[in-house]
Amino acid sequence: MLNLTIKRLSQAFREGRLSPTEVCRSCLNRIKKTQHLNAYISVTEELALKQAQEAETRLSQGAPKGPLDGIPFAVKDNFCTKNIRTTCASRMLKDYIPPYSATVVQKLLDQGAVLMGKTNMDEFAMGSGSTDGFYGPVRNPWSYTAPYREQSSAAPDSDWVISGGSSGGSAAAVASLTSYLALGSDTGGSTRNPGALCGLVALKPTYGLLSRHGLIPLVNSMDVPGILTRSVSDTAIVLGILQDLDVQDSTTIPAPASLADLPVDFNVKNLCVGIPKEYHAPGLSEEVLAQWSHVADMFERSGARVEQVSLPHTQYSIVCYHVLCCAEVASNMARFDGLEYGHRSEVDSSTEAMYGSTRHEGFNDVVRGRILSGNYFLLKQNYHHYFVKAQKVRRLIANDFKVVFDSGVDVLLTPTTLTDASPYSDFTQEDNRTRSAQEDVFTQPVNVAGLPAVSMPTALSRQGLPIGLQLIGPALQDRKLLSVAQWIEQRVGFPSISDYVEFSESRTRREQISTVW
Amino acid sequence: MAASTVAASELIKSMNKQMSTLYPIASCVIRRISTTSARRHSQSPLTAQSDSQQLVGVVGLEIHAQINSNTKLFSGSPVRFSAPPNSLVSFFDASLPGTLPVLNRRCVEAAVMTGLALNCTINQKSLFDRKHYFYADLPAGYQITQQRRPVAVDGTLTYSLLGGKQRNQVVKKNVHIKQIQLEQDSGKSLHDDARSHTLIDLNRAGVGLMELVMEPDMSCGEEAAAAVRELQLILQALGTCQGNMSEGQMRVDANVSVRKPGEPLGVRTEVKNINSVRYLARAIDYEIQRQIDVLQRGGKVQNETRAFDSKSGETIPMRDKEGLQDYRFMPEPNLPPLIVYEDNASLPAGTDACQAVVVQEIRDRLPELPGVKRDRLVQTHGILPEHSFTLVNEDGLVEYFEAVLKATRKEPRKVIGWVTKELLGRLRERDMSVGQSPVAPLALAELLELQETGRISSSVAKQVFQEMWRSPGKTAPQIIQEQDLGLVSDMAQLHDICQKVVDAHPDEVDAVRNGNKKVLNKLMGLVQRETKGRADPVVVREILQEKTS
Repeated sequence: MLNLTIKRLSQAFREGRLSPTEVCRSCLNRIKKTQHLNAYISVTEELALKQAQEAETRLSQGAPKGPLDGIPFAVKDNFCTKNIRTTCASRMLKDYIPPYSATVVQKLLDQGAVLMGKTNMDEFAMGSGSTDGFYGPVRNPWSYTAPYREQSSAAPDSDWVISGGSSGGSAAAVASLTSYLALGSDTGGSTRNPGALCGLVALKPTYGLLSRHGLIPLVNSMDVPGILTRSVSDTAIVLGILQDLDVQDSTTIPAPASLADLPVDFNVKNLCVGIPKEYHAPGLSEEVLAQWSHVADMFERSGARVEQVSLPHTQYSIVCYHVLCCAEVASNMARFDGLEYGHRSEVDSSTEAMYGSTRHEGFNDVVRGRILSGNYFLLKQNYHHYFVKAQKVRRLIANDFKVVFDSGVDVLLTPTTLTDASPYSDFTQEDNRTRSAQEDVFTQPVNVAGLPAVSMPTALSRQGLPIGLQLIGPALQDRKLLSVAQWIEQRVGFPSISDYVEFSESRTRREQISTVW
Repeated sequence: MAASTVAASELIKSMNKQMSTLYPIASCVIRRISTTSARRHSQSPLTAQSDSQQLVGVVGLEIHAQINSNTKLFSGSPVRFSAPPNSLVSFFDASLPGTLPVLNRRCVEAAVMTGLALNCTINQKSLFDRKHYFYADLPAGYQITQQRRPVAVDGTLTYSLLGGKQRNQVVKKNVHIKQIQLEQDSGKSLHDDARSHTLIDLNRAGVGLMELVMEPDMSCGEEAAAAVRELQLILQALGTCQGNMSEGQMRVDANVSVRKPGEPLGVRTEVKNINSVRYLARAIDYEIQRQIDVLQRGGKVQNETRAFDSKSGETIPMRDKEGLQDYRFMPEPNLPPLIVYEDNASLPAGTDACQAVVVQEIRDRLPELPGVKRDRLVQTHGILPEHSFTLVNEDGLVEYFEAVLKATRKEPRKVIGWVTKELLGRLRERDMSVGQSPVAPLALAELLELQETGRISSSVAKQVFQEMWRSPGKTAPQIIQEQDLGLVSDMAQLHDICQKVVDAHPDEVDAVRNGNKKVLNKLMGLVQRETKGRADPVVVREILQEKTS
């Protein structure tokens, strides 16, 4: 039952075949069994059981709140949750309990969805591996499946792959079947990257379609709440609930038509699929390239027009992103001074000394490094040389997309990541900045331009790890994007992780392989 | 010089109270916004001889006006003065992570209205920026302001001074308004040095401010004070700011420098910590003189921030917390550009007119501004220009004056004295506002009407007014009846009284008979003393003339 889609589970609830408390308990058990993944920073067991009970009562009275009533979900720990600790995986906020919930969290709660817990991440979402947080790295659930284990010579505890990041905990939570959906945040790829590495559907909606109120910001002008599920139709359901104007976020925009149901038989005959040549980047693995070609061929064979297109300024995206990201980080992090909330240093010789040591102790070196760079870029003498130039480049990158979409291209098909998930030991050879620059190469331009994009799992690599492809669409074409994604989903037959792992309910021989689950 | 300034200003303060009876009110009113040096300025400008070239002061102002709105600029917290500490703080005001600014339309309208009243160009599109600095009462570590593109630019404020030898000529001057920007106020820090604690009150954090930048078009404290006073009146008339400087609703920083006329601007200092219009003038004049002294001694003026110490009347260097700050300005990413529309026709399709800021609608709502009001008062009622200043300067006095006029046949030129001398003088003595006057306009009108119709004499009228002040609620007829203050109408009785006076003063009677008609006034005075001022002077004069002829 844990591998059901939201739609099926909801149906089962309504028909009384399954009960929310039963499912909730199974998820909680599974969370305990998969603790080694380090997907959750906080598990809200008591609250979850209470919410599940309430959902059960509503369902038994035949009055569910909606398609999410009783559905377990997880939330990245940078979304504020009322009375529930919200840490951003940072020492700075390790004991911070917000007095309000983020709009997107509240919307899910209002639908009767059951909060399982807050998920692990890179500190303040700065990273692409979920390896740089105060609570330690997140392990990719696929590291413990038969196909990967069979080809690995090392022990499961030393040879495991990263989940991707920064929303790695959310991705691991959904991939390990402890939640049916999870909220991530996506600033440069932070939802799509772990989505791809963990074999999930990961949507980065159009900027402004989902409220950021209550999302502790990384880069305000690029942040969007992201949705992680195991099927495209699930994502569509969640998007339909979360999208729309929020008076508390002045950058939100009214939602276009409802996304309740995607067309079952989407026709790609009139579709024009663009293949950006710049995404054939150095470091792109053969397997990912093969998948990319395979799906492109699939489109072509089905009558879609597949065209090579050019996004000439893509190559400047990383450096542009770096400047804008650091500048906003420097600004957004200024509030963490130890006065109103968060960590406060013992040093109290002066207010300034307290600020200094609070911030030094509270932030890791990645965060401190970005604050330093950002403040440098914003200095009066540097502002025009860095910040203004980066903004101009940003406009050029956004314009690249516009030109392509205006020329008749409906969606762009690209890889999401260069390779499948790397072993932790390899990944941590490079520093955070280098890794972010490498890992975000296909995902960042979308944030720079504010466009919608979805990462879809299409196949397992030879070593048994998921490979994802990305679809990018014009602003506010999120629904169409999901329709195309579903078309792919229906044809690639990506396996469920439950095909490879054992469940506590039915212990068999294969438990040997997945003992660490 | 400092000491003399203090003493003189105290003198002026106490003069204020006496002046209402000693001098025409206008000079008293102008005194309220001027200083000793201002007077000196009018005679010998605040300048210094250096060979043949004079140094003159150059003054620009930065004014922070708290917007008079129910809620803060970017949050729904109420705005109130002197509420319990930290009782008006939303999550956003405390900069809780994840909170976002939501612009208060009322604050935008206030800034647009103020811009229109000051003849500014309203920018159809303006932008918000973050200004970064670490300070305990700035919880986010940055202030949201409008550095790059403010809501209003390029305006003019016209203000008036009384000039000329008698200081009774109205001189109009202009100061250029560079811009009006919307920004957040900070919280307040209370330093407890004894325990080396700082207490933070965030009630004020996030309250909407309009920062008005006035170009250095002024030359002395008196001009700056008059400009600020005029601005205060305009803001109060608009209702966009309550303008109370002592409550910090209006905060003025002065940029002061000196130069020889025609030469480039000198090095300037910024004078802060000025909490009244009167101190503004004193602080500026002190600072101009200080800079002149420095230069004449061969020194250099330092570019620094100085605080005005109202006790010593001096400006002193401040420990400059913002000295070499680089504010690292950055566009505020959470607020889209602020768009205002010229009229309803220019609203894009689908825009909710209730949500949009429409300039034409605000223009239509502009009230009568103080300058226009003064001209109207002079023209309609034929009063002196300086009286129009007195009326307009005092909140509610114009309305009072006009309410009295409506209910009496007495000429406005006669009523004005009652309002500006008797009423305002008393209010000032007791530090009361017009609204607190124990004598309502209709009650005063009734009294004046009794005088106008000859029921009481003018001296009795003043006596009755005093009594009305002391016993609020008592009407003039009541008091006249109770104290028997009505004119003596019994002619026989009047004849008797006059006869007694004539009989008791044979020398004076002789003098009158010998042609010294002035002495008749003395006799009249004696009769009035007998009647306690209740005799009609015209009738008494006739009787006395008859008896002394």
